[in-house]
Amino acid sequence: MLKYIKNHMTSIDGIEIYPIISLSIFFIFFILLFIYVFAGSKKRFETVSMYPILDKESDVITNEINDQKLKN
Amino acid sequence: MNVEKFAYDNSIVKKFALATVIWGIVGMLVGLLAALQLVWPEANLTSWLSFGRIRPLHTNAVIFAFVGNGIFAGVYYSLQRLLKTRMWSDKLSNINFWGWQIIILSAVLTLPFGYTTGKEYAELEWPIDIAITLLWVVFGWNMMATILVRRVQHLYVAIWFYIATFVTVAVLHIVNSFEFPVNALKSYSVFAGVQDALVQWWYGHNAVAFFLTTPYLGLMYYFIPKAADRPVYSYRLSIIHFWALIFLYIWAGPHHLLYTSLPDWAQSLGVVFSVMLIAPSWGGMLNGLLTLRGAWDKVRDDVVLKFMVVAVTAYGMSTFEGPMLSLKFFNTLSHFTDWTIAHVHIGGLGWNGMLTFGMLYYLIPKMYGGKLYSKKLANYHFWIATIGILLYAVPLYWAGFVQGFMWQDFNPDGTLVNKDFLETVTQLKPYYAMRAAGGALYIVGAILMAYNLVKTAVHGTFIANEDAEAPALVKNTKAHDDGYWHRVIERKPMRMLVISLIVILIGGAVEIIPTLIVKSNIPTISSVQPYTPLELEGRDIYISEGCYNCHSQMVRPLRFETERYGEYSKAGEFVYDHPFQWGSKRTGPDLAREGKGNKLAKSDYWHYDHLIRPAEVSKGSIMPSYAFLKDDPLDRTYTKKKLEVMISLGVPYTDSTLANYEMMMDQQSDEIAKNIEKDLKGLGVEISEAKFNEIKNSKMIALIAYLQRLGSDIHNEQVTENK
Repeated sequence: MLKYIKNHMTSIDGIEIYPIISLSIFFIFFILLFIYVFAGSKKRFETVSMYPILDKESDVITNEINDQKLKN
Repeated sequence: MNVEKFAYDNSIVKKFALATVIWGIVGMLVGLLAALQLVWPEANLTSWLSFGRIRPLHTNAVIFAFVGNGIFAGVYYSLQRLLKTRMWSDKLSNINFWGWQIIILSAVLTLPFGYTTGKEYAELEWPIDIAITLLWVVFGWNMMATILVRRVQHLYVAIWFYIATFVTVAVLHIVNSFEFPVNALKSYSVFAGVQDALVQWWYGHNAVAFFLTTPYLGLMYYFIPKAADRPVYSYRLSIIHFWALIFLYIWAGPHHLLYTSLPDWAQSLGVVFSVMLIAPSWGGMLNGLLTLRGAWDKVRDDVVLKFMVVAVTAYGMSTFEGPMLSLKFFNTLSHFTDWTIAHVHIGGLGWNGMLTFGMLYYLIPKMYGGKLYSKKLANYHFWIATIGILLYAVPLYWAGFVQGFMWQDFNPDGTLVNKDFLETVTQLKPYYAMRAAGGALYIVGAILMAYNLVKTAVHGTFIANEDAEAPALVKNTKAHDDGYWHRVIERKPMRMLVISLIVILIGGAVEIIPTLIVKSNIPTISSVQPYTPLELEGRDIYISEGCYNCHSQMVRPLRFETERYGEYSKAGEFVYDHPFQWGSKRTGPDLAREGKGNKLAKSDYWHYDHLIRPAEVSKGSIMPSYAFLKDDPLDRTYTKKKLEVMISLGVPYTDSTLANYEMMMDQQSDEIAKNIEKDLKGLGVEISEAKFNEIKNSKMIALIAYLQRLGSDIHNEQVTENK
């Protein structure tokens, strides 16, 4: 089964470039991740981080209201 | 605001919690039996209770039954509450529960009887693999559908970890389980040798990452804030923790294969990513511990927090140790020794065990609307378990150092100090005994917990459906609070799933695809030939008995190894090994150069005698007796089918082999049986013709044929060249 795939793919030119591609993917990934995290709003993070400890309906509502305020 | 009323499903959580406790104790007891067998080999009572078959049962039970049920219990509890909704389908929840228990039972009914694929932590045979896949889809379907009907805007970070767990475990399980069935309970891995090793350890390492770690990190991010009643220390850090962890983890598998025949570039990638892993791992650990900032006084009183603090600390320790062990310097010493076993148990007993216990002490009183039956007993459990972990791990670390250094010890004249491998094993018995005691203590703690939780349940009233209220989710498509990407990723679970999938596929793809396709990675050796039909059957017995649990087949290119075993192992020697049998632990010596033509080669009779009474042939050996193999006739029903399957996997068996396989088997077994008969005669033992035929047609002969073939093909080449 695998030999068919194997034989086909050996013919790919320049497959040795994989390590360089992986290095680039690595750097791009982390740069995007940091931009993503630090561009996020602090208030939203605070709202979400309260999710586990809100049990009562009134807490949830207050939390959601804050969240709505944030958007408007 | 429109407030909706609904109820959380606690019944499903209760079922999984109960299964966690029961399978936890069972799995640990099996572990204790295996630990005792290393001290008293007589404890290998029957074939189905022998170490090689019991050890996979232990690992599978604690990983998939104990931790697996723990994951489901925690996810089913926290998911509903984080999303402010009931599980999407009670029916799917129950299929998930009963299906998982049936899979565990099928493991109990196959592994001790020698039905195994021979790949660590993936030993279950193909029909069970398919059942696991279907069940996993049921779990994911129910989870994703629940996420889609949620009453909150965002997905809390714990849920990200659950989604990544679902996606990655699915990918790992499916790829590593590519196998070609011979019959209902026997299959061969599609991959062979080096490629099989890479896929297996990509799977094996990420089973640790995505079954034992990411779901538990999700649980940590839910239960620690819950128990401490304060939000996580830094939500930003948790986002970095999540993405960095799933991105880096998937690359780290090759650190299990350092100095093996795996191409160097793949080994190096594995090391580099393993070292980098310490950053997100410790980020996560600190995030968990710092959540308790200003609330450390609570840890003194709250038993749930106590367990969780030790769990997170153990997580920190093993994620420091992991990158360290993946450095070649440390790996040379630690690999194949008990150091690895100690390391995984800091993770297993410390991180998974203690977090599970903490979670159960939180869940059961909550769901039974009361208080924990005895706080005092839970405190005892905490101390017994903590001491148990130390008593388990410290002797094993010591055993690892002792044995590792003994293997490497050279005399000034360049010869090995401990020439006999056995000398390095008999030294370890006291440490093994202490380890068993530590493990036993840990189990005593778990039994105390079971009693405490049952009492709690008896005194309380179970709330099967917990009433809750929450405002309906207002779809706000105009929200511009923080940009497109945050909305795209954190509010769209399906996209989250796809992005996680892409992130985890990158590392696997970069490592695995070139190893499969670039021919230069696996240089072939012309003298390496497929196993004879008898050897192939013998190899299946080797796999079935779980010999790989104690014997490696990989001589590393290190002087202290080549001096002991002979020529180091080459990638080209394993091209017909479906599956590979390199092993990960040397409780016994390496067998890669056990066969004819090597300096360690022994006579057929020696193997015969040694398999029957190992402790007498090698004084002090802790190997179980395999005397039953001489009484069991070799079943040739599937031999032809096996050869045909091997041909479809690319092994070049000729038509003449297929046509004459029975004759070839007769010839080879006759030769081996005659050698044994001759040596017995030399010792003054005459055997009847009936006895001779019994030996000749036994499983033992097939196994000996295989052992005599190990690592001998490369010598053929030299013989031809010399001519």
